[in-house]
Amino acid sequence: MPYTTQVADKPFYDDRDLALRGFDATKDLGTPGNFPFTRGPRATMYRGKLWTMRQYAGFSTAAESNRRYRYLLERGTTGLSIAFDLPTQIGMDSDDPRARGEVGKVGVAIDSIADMEMLFDQIPLDHVSISMTINSPASILLALLLVVAERRSVGWSNLNGTIQNDILKEYVARGTYIFPPAPSLRIVTDIFEFCAKEVPRWNTISISGYHIREAGATAVQEVAFTLANGLQYIKAAIDRGLGIDTFAPRVSFFFNAHNDFLEEVAKFRAARKLWATLMRERYDPKDPRSLALRFHAQTAGSTLTAQQPENNVVRVAYQAMAAVLGGCQSLHTNSRDEALALPTEESATIALRTQQILANETGVPATVDPLAGSYAIESMTLDIEREARALIEKIDSMGGALPAIESGFVQRAIGDSAYAAQQAVEKKTSIVVGVNEFTDERPSPLPILTIDESVERDQVARLAEFRKQRRGDVRGALDTLDRAARDGKNLMPPIIDCVRNDCTVGEIVSTLKQTFGEYTDQGF
Amino acid sequence: MSERKIRVLIAKPGLDGHDRGAKVIARALRDSGMEVIYTGLRQTPEQIVAAAVQEDVDAIGLSILSGAHNVLFPEIMRLLKEEGADDIAVFAGGIIPEKDIPKLKALGIREIFLPGTSTSRAVEAIRAAVSK
Repeated sequence: MPYTTQVADKPFYDDRDLALRGFDATKDLGTPGNFPFTRGPRATMYRGKLWTMRQYAGFSTAAESNRRYRYLLERGTTGLSIAFDLPTQIGMDSDDPRARGEVGKVGVAIDSIADMEMLFDQIPLDHVSISMTINSPASILLALLLVVAERRSVGWSNLNGTIQNDILKEYVARGTYIFPPAPSLRIVTDIFEFCAKEVPRWNTISISGYHIREAGATAVQEVAFTLANGLQYIKAAIDRGLGIDTFAPRVSFFFNAHNDFLEEVAKFRAARKLWATLMRERYDPKDPRSLALRFHAQTAGSTLTAQQPENNVVRVAYQAMAAVLGGCQSLHTNSRDEALALPTEESATIALRTQQILANETGVPATVDPLAGSYAIESMTLDIEREARALIEKIDSMGGALPAIESGFVQRAIGDSAYAAQQAVEKKTSIVVGVNEFTDERPSPLPILTIDESVERDQVARLAEFRKQRRGDVRGALDTLDRAARDGKNLMPPIIDCVRNDCTVGEIVSTLKQTFGEYTDQGF
Repeated sequence: MSERKIRVLIAKPGLDGHDRGAKVIARALRDSGMEVIYTGLRQTPEQIVAAAVQEDVDAIGLSILSGAHNVLFPEIMRLLKEEGADDIAVFAGGIIPEKDIPKLKALGIREIFLPGTSTSRAVEAIRAAVSK
C-alpha cells in the first residue's frame, strides 16, 4: 500500500490479537464522551450534532469570495472556511513585488480592513462559524475579523470559529512561515492568552497533521508529529503562566482522511486516546474538555489524480466516510478537479453533496463509533497509538517538537516516507487507478477554473486607493506595536489597534520583522 | 577519465510551500547519478537564474503548484536569455492546466510534467535533453 504504515498486514484478526495487545475495553475505550475519548469527544456524537460541513474556499478578490460563500451557505454548507492567497498567508501586501503572479490565486487577497469588511458582507458573524486557514499572520487576520465584528456591533464573545494558527507544521510541511520558530511560538501564546479573556468561544489553534500527511508522512508519523507539536504549544502556554484549563479546551486538531480506510478510522481513534492520555499524564487538567481531542478532517488532496479526474469523486467519498467513522467534528471534502486547478463551482457542489449523502442517506451517523470492538480496528488503534507514542518519546528526548524541527529531524522523516511512497507507485507495489494501472489516454473532460490576471491589477489598484483614502494614525499604531514587540507584551491589543487605524497586513508584518527577523528555508 | 555528472537545479519559484514533489524529484535525480542543487522555497526568478549560472547546471527543474507559472516562467526564461544561459534545458512540473502548456513550451520549456508522472520518466527526459 502506498500511503500506509502497513499496520494492517494480517489476513484476519481475532481475539488473540486483542489479547496479545492487552486490550481492555473499559480502559482502552470507555464510553463515548468520556476518558480516554477513543469513541468520540461527545456522548451522543452525530445524534446530538452532525459534523460541520466546512468547505475550504476562497479565490481572487474579497467580493468574489463573498459571492462563493453566500452560494455555499444557500446550498446548505454549515460553516465557512476561508482560503487566503499566498501573499496574505506570508504577510505581504498585494503590491509587494514578490507577490507578483500570486495575488488571488490559491485564495482570497486580504490587505486591509476594507477587504475584510467586503469578505464578510451580509454574512451573519454571530451565526456562522468561521474557520480561517491562516498561520504566521493569524493574529492579524483574527484582529481584522474582530474589528469587522466590532463595527457591526457583534460582541466578540458571540464569535465562533477557528484560526489554524499552527506555525510549527509550517516549517516541516506547508511553508508559509514568516518569522523564526521561537518568536512565532510567542505570538501563538499571545493569541491563547488574549482569546481566553476576550473571545472565549474561539478555537485558538487547529493543530494540523493534514499538511504533514500531504507532505508524505505515514499515518503514525501524522499522529506523532501533530501531537508532539500540540504538546509544544501547551508547554509554551504553561511556561507563560496560563492555567491549563483556561486555554486547553479551545485547542482543536486537523487531520487528513487518506486512502487506507481501516487504518484511517483507527488513526482518528488512536489520536484521541493518545492525546487524552498524554495530557492527563503531563498536566492533569480538571476540565474534561482539556483532554478531549476535537478535530476537523479533510480528504487527502495528494491522492487525487489528474488522470480520469471523475474517479476522484469516489476516492473522496470513501475518505469522507473514514473521517465520519473516525468521529470528526467538521469535514471538508475535496473536489474532483483539484489535481488540475482550483475547483469550479460545479465540482465544489459535488464535493458538498458527497457529505450530504453521507449524512442523510447512508445511516452511518446514527450509531456512535460503530466499528468499536472490531478485532481489526481495535488492534490497529492500539498499534498506531503505541508506535506514535514511541515517536513522540523520541521527540521528547530531543527536547520537544521545536528542537526536533530546528534540527531537521521531522523534515527528513517525512521526506523519507514521501520518497518510499513514490517508489512504491513506480514499482507498482502500490496501485493508483488511472496512473500506473487501468490507464486511459483520453484527455480529461472537466472544465477548469482559471483566475484572470486582471484580479491582481484590480486588487493592487484597490489597495492603492485604500492607502490614499485612509484616515487612521498608521504611524502611531505601528510604533506602538513595535514597542510591544520589543518589550515582550501581548501583541493582540496593539495589532487590533493597527487594524482599527487602517494599517495593512504587510505593514504590520514588516513592523514585527524588525524585532523578530525572518526565517528562510533550510532545505532539509 | 570520469565523465562529468549531469548537474541539475531544482527550484521553487513563487510563494507556494508545496515541496513534496520538488524534494522527491531531487532525490530521484540524485539516485540516478546526477548532481542536484535544491533552492528551497520562495525563490524569485532572479535568484533562480543566478543560482543556475553560478552552479553551472545543465538543466533546471521548476516546481510550482500555486498557479503563478504564467507570470514567473516567462520571467525566468527571459532572464536566462539575458544571461546567455539559454542553453540550460528547462523543465517544469506541478499543477499546470493543459491549456497553458503550449504557451509555456513556446517559451522554450522542454517539457511540463503533470501530477502522476513517474520520476524515471523525468530522469530520462533530462538525460536525453542534456546529452544532445
